[in-house]
Amino acid sequence: MGTTSPEALLICEHCDTVYRRRTLARGDVARCACCHAELERHHGLSLTALLALVLTAMIVFVQANMWPIVTLGLNGQFSGATLWGTIIAMWQQQAQIISILAAATLFFFPLTKMLLLGWLLWFARLGRRAPGFVPMMVVLHYLQPWTMSEVFVLGALVAIVKAHLYFDVVVDPGIYAYAALTLLITVFAGVDLRQLWELTPADPA
Amino acid sequence: MSAFPRAAELGLISCHVCGLVCADAPDRDDLSADGLACPRCGSALHRRKPSSYVRTWALLIAAFLLYIPANVLPIMRTASLNDIDDNTIISGVVELWVKGSPDLAVIVFTASIVVPMLKFLSLGTLLMSCQRGSDWARPQRAKLYRLIEFIGYWSMLDVFVVSLLTALVRFNLLSRVEPLPGVIFFGLTVVLTMLASMSFDPRLIWDGRDSDD
Repeated sequence: MGTTSPEALLICEHCDTVYRRRTLARGDVARCACCHAELERHHGLSLTALLALVLTAMIVFVQANMWPIVTLGLNGQFSGATLWGTIIAMWQQQAQIISILAAATLFFFPLTKMLLLGWLLWFARLGRRAPGFVPMMVVLHYLQPWTMSEVFVLGALVAIVKAHLYFDVVVDPGIYAYAALTLLITVFAGVDLRQLWELTPADPA
Repeated sequence: MSAFPRAAELGLISCHVCGLVCADAPDRDDLSADGLACPRCGSALHRRKPSSYVRTWALLIAAFLLYIPANVLPIMRTASLNDIDDNTIISGVVELWVKGSPDLAVIVFTASIVVPMLKFLSLGTLLMSCQRGSDWARPQRAKLYRLIEFIGYWSMLDVFVVSLLTALVRFNLLSRVEPLPGVIFFGLTVVLTMLASMSFDPRLIWDGRDSDD
């Protein structure tokens, strides 16, 4: 074991079984023989393609936040809502905890994630570690489970159906931007960001 | 079961944050003792997540206690000129079912009732079976844990529905929607169950394996 470099080994996060790492071919998924959890996955996207997807996600994210999501009509009055309108409405209605939760999981965390990822990928493409690489990778790891845009899309759908019982519902462009964002999130869900540790060399100490 | 080499037996630790395989300090006895840091990302290294049982139990019980007012108290008020209608989670599901979208009613029911209940029961079962060192249905229990980690955050669905309706339905006297305290309890329940499943260490399912074989 003494001559094996740490990068050549892999430990299953779910059951602590140790493996020797194998090179995966396109589309391969390595699973743990003991607990069947996924160990590693090869995905066909290059760093450039990933960066392009992050930039796309940023553009769509801006649209999803600026454009109204739905507009309701009642007797000639109209009322539309954007994400921030929703967050502010909850704050004003004595539900500040929910307001903060929504602002964090639907705006600040996804935004942070995209900005960090864009920054890291930009430098990784040049074969380098970005300034602040290590703390950013740690932040990305902890943010991972706390972004909920895709849940919000389903929530918007349910809200539309409920509102449709009593109001005229006009679906606004914001919901399409959210739908596109959900697709991009799904693509990123299959990407193992830990590969960035191996793809970029550490700075000589 | 054939013997798979385990990190703890080989004196190895994988970093929780970056996944790097690190050498363990051989003189440490306590499985969760602090002291070592990952040479790559600087995070503290643990053989198992620290105080996994205590933290998970505490978060799970707290989440369950908050889940009671989340269901009993109304989460949303619909007020119009001549009546005020307070909805709980379950009455919102019933309304969706009766008034024309049974499929969405099933989705909301799953996200708001089935998923939280499944998390309470599954994590409770996992905790008790692991504390007893049981070797019962290990692969299935490992799969159950991965399932509840994956579906956990979808429970926020109802919270977002109430938030959007609050922002949308603002026609002064004619029609208004306001959030009620139930939705705050429910939001906190979801956050606590997510924290509970994160603090559970699935490796505990497989610990004590060799003594059983």
